[in-house]
Amino acid sequence: MTEFRLETQALGRQFGALIAVADIDFRLAAGARHALIGPNGAGKTTFINLLTGVLRPSRGRVLLGGRDITGLPQAERVKLGIARTFQINRLFRGLSVLENVCIAMTERLGAAGAMFYPAGRRTDVIDEAMALLQTLKLADAARHRVSELPYGRQRLVELAIAIALSPTVLLLDEPAAGVPSAESHIILDAIERLPADIAVLIIEHDMDVVFRFAKRVTVMVGGRLFAEGTPREIEANAQVREVYLGQSPMRAAHG
Amino acid sequence: MSVAASSSGDASLAARLDNPAARVLMRRHRVRWWEALPWIAALIFFFAFPDYLSFGNELLVVILFAVSLDLALGYAGIITLGHAAFFGTGAYTVGMLAFYGVWSEPITTLAVAALAAGAVGLLSGLVLLRTSGLTLLMLTLCTQALLEEAANMGHDWTGGFDGLLSLSFSPVFGLFEFNPLYPTTQYLLTLGVLFVCFVFVRTLVYSPFGQSLTGIRENLLRMHAVGSPVRRRLVVCYAISAAIAGVAGGLWAQNNAYVNLSALDLDRAATVLIVLILGGYGRLYGAFIGAVVYMALEHFLAQIYPTAWQLGLGLLLVLIALFARNGILGLGDALWQRYRSKRAAP
Repeated sequence: MTEFRLETQALGRQFGALIAVADIDFRLAAGARHALIGPNGAGKTTFINLLTGVLRPSRGRVLLGGRDITGLPQAERVKLGIARTFQINRLFRGLSVLENVCIAMTERLGAAGAMFYPAGRRTDVIDEAMALLQTLKLADAARHRVSELPYGRQRLVELAIAIALSPTVLLLDEPAAGVPSAESHIILDAIERLPADIAVLIIEHDMDVVFRFAKRVTVMVGGRLFAEGTPREIEANAQVREVYLGQSPMRAAHG
Repeated sequence: MSVAASSSGDASLAARLDNPAARVLMRRHRVRWWEALPWIAALIFFFAFPDYLSFGNELLVVILFAVSLDLALGYAGIITLGHAAFFGTGAYTVGMLAFYGVWSEPITTLAVAALAAGAVGLLSGLVLLRTSGLTLLMLTLCTQALLEEAANMGHDWTGGFDGLLSLSFSPVFGLFEFNPLYPTTQYLLTLGVLFVCFVFVRTLVYSPFGQSLTGIRENLLRMHAVGSPVRRRLVVCYAISAAIAGVAGGLWAQNNAYVNLSALDLDRAATVLIVLILGGYGRLYGAFIGAVVYMALEHFLAQIYPTAWQLGLGLLLVLIALFARNGILGLGDALWQRYRSKRAAP
């Protein structure tokens, strides 16, 4: 039997009378490459926020490696291995790329509360951060302020910060959003080179990305799970096509 | 074998230093030669202007107060307009201990002042730092107003509106008397305390803890998402900042030999904010530059235009807000960068 890294049981969240997501039974296996798609307002980002602990669910449970983490705050879930990126960049804009990554790593190592030695003495952190930037082809930008970088490379820093946390579950909220198509390959290449045993869930609108990357696809509509299957199955699913009718990005990409 | 290991260690060190980004991080905390200048200037002032030592004392206290605010506001991004709450707590702690003859040894009373102000910072921070932005600003203001009113109404203990006058302190180390006319002891004590507190704050802002405060200032949501216990960090920072503000207040009470409600009022909180913005926040030495410029302006403008000296200050602040968002030090930094890039270009 497969062990599930991340699992939700009957997960739901209401905002007043609005049901944002409901009855989500979702499973993410170790090493998964899973895509979550759905029209705007389907509740995808709310779902991510429930997984990471930004929001508390109205009902249901979240399990990480079999352990109930429903009541844990965001910071503790990160320590247990759930990392995420944001749909809109949330970076330390005034700091250098290297320092952005170092802050995350220092936090992961539990050293960020130390007061009486200079951060610059943690050469282990600096070395590891530089090595990570190298694998993401960001080493040449290490000393630049994030705000000086083109948007595509800023998205890469977004990814770097999440990877710096050594997650076992990585949630990517539209990693290539807003990146000009000429630059989007640098993001996709980086995602493809992620360590194989990380369970990755990616929210994406761009069907090219979904089909290139995902081994399984879940479709969310109106706050509920609508369909799940391999990319081919989803592509062939008439109901899914109907949901996307008018937008028809699937046909445009693969028709 | 060990030789090989150590030489490869040297090689990786060299590689790190070769990388400009790593070099910046590894060397940022080093002491620069010019960092000695403020302390040399303070000692020169001591010998050159013996008649102005009370002015010097006031200046040093403002610097210390502004340094404490810089830790909270400049580094952690805690927007506060109520920092006088802690200055006042420190001042009244020292004042009441001395007035009622409980304890009058100057250095240990300052430590008690730090503890008292730090405790107020910790308790109020636990509540206040759940909020941010304008709400936080208003709540810090309220905390200060509550304390001011408590000091006003607790007349029997605090002297109310009149304050506590004619405080006396025992000699420092049992040797050096406080002399109200020639406050040399006060000056050297204040300078020494400022130095110790400044070194502490400087250590703090370059530490991993300080780095995480900067992260919180730069992007709160991201700090949550990298697993940082954000609120705990902010509360700790706020309490430390409050404790140092309390020391500044304690020194103020010792130097003046009185305490009154002005230690807790909005004017004092606003002044220290102006000083820090003037000099440049989030850069340690902004407090020094801001305090010197502010106090000098106050001194000289008040001599020339006794009734309207604040007009000049107001104009300067407008100019700073328009053209030098990062204060005088930030302006200096920008000009220096421009000069360097111009020299490097041709």
